[in-house]
Amino acid sequence: MARPGKKQVRQTLQAFVVELIVYSLFVIIYFFAVLHFLGQWLVQLEIQHIRTYAVVAILLIIGQAVMLEAVTTGLMRFLRRGRSE
Amino acid sequence: MFFPISHTQINPIYLVVIGFLIGVLGGFFGVGGSFIAGPALRAVGMDWNFAVGTDLAHIVGKSVVAAKRHRALGNVDLRLGLIMAIGTIAGAEVGAQLIQVFKRAGNVNFVVSAVSIVLYLGISIFMICESWKTLAAAKRRKRAGKSSPSHGKADESAFTHMTEAIHRWRIPPMITLPVSGVTISLWLIMFVAFIGGLFSGFLGGGAGYIRMPSMVYILGVPTHLAVGTDLFEIIISASYGTFTHAIKGNVDILIALVMHTGAAIGAQLGAISTQYFAGPKIRLAFVPLPLIGAAIVIYTLLTGHKL
Repeated sequence: MARPGKKQVRQTLQAFVVELIVYSLFVIIYFFAVLHFLGQWLVQLEIQHIRTYAVVAILLIIGQAVMLEAVTTGLMRFLRRGRSE
Repeated sequence: MFFPISHTQINPIYLVVIGFLIGVLGGFFGVGGSFIAGPALRAVGMDWNFAVGTDLAHIVGKSVVAAKRHRALGNVDLRLGLIMAIGTIAGAEVGAQLIQVFKRAGNVNFVVSAVSIVLYLGISIFMICESWKTLAAAKRRKRAGKSSPSHGKADESAFTHMTEAIHRWRIPPMITLPVSGVTISLWLIMFVAFIGGLFSGFLGGGAGYIRMPSMVYILGVPTHLAVGTDLFEIIISASYGTFTHAIKGNVDILIALVMHTGAAIGAQLGAISTQYFAGPKIRLAFVPLPLIGAAIVIYTLLTGHKL
């Protein structure tokens, strides 16, 4: 298995910092927007339609995962292209 | 921040940090990390039932991110993962029923604690010995100037002779898994998945600490592929677990979503890191995880305080 070179480690760290910034922004937006607007609706759903809540819960967590992965992958591609140009 | 579904007051930064730590472990080792998430949620006053259900929901999200990243690295055997998901769900149901049996007998805490201590210590001791032997053999070969028999993601293991002996049980139907590079009895795959599910249902969490090593040593799947495939399989089995817990009112999805924002970045970091480590090194680094699990159970037994 190849050992990472200094350049590779630096690039990985750089990517990590960029991802960290994106995620931090995302978390802040998430707290203020999504959780604020969805919070009450989810509470009501959990009380009144527990099965629908269960399905929505899974869809929400998968949706967030796919979105986060897509955002960071896209961003990393964009940054890499920017470096090579 | 107040989370109205579970009526818990938790600092969201705490959730993000815990999620991040579990994400790194999950991405690197292919485990759910419940042995950390459960106690971490309990520590801030969350009820045990909510801690278990919410942790499962967050595991689904984290596994999606890590499995996608592992898939991009060629570390996921979809066919194996789908077959294993069936066995895992069946095993989890049987494990949950076993819990009920021991609950009725009134000795569930003792039985679960004893089984988990023996299991965690057994896995750790076995993996220390095996990884150590494999790494020592590789060093000897290197000193003698011989090249390693494996290349790329192919794996080395001091346990290979046993894996080969197990593979000689050719009970039909035989399944060929080109991605993992093995042809194996369907029943053996189902057995491994069922045992993983059984411990998941019996001891809680995703039971990655038993499934990942089983995939390597019993099924003969290379370590990198075992990590990636285990994560893919966890998406299905943890989704099922989340649904069953959610309809019992045990899931606070708002907490899971916040935790997942940290877990998502950690999982990617963990998954990418596997590229830089050989299989035996990943397995050796895995050893502390079941030991931490054993330490938590022993602490609970000695103090009576459930973490």
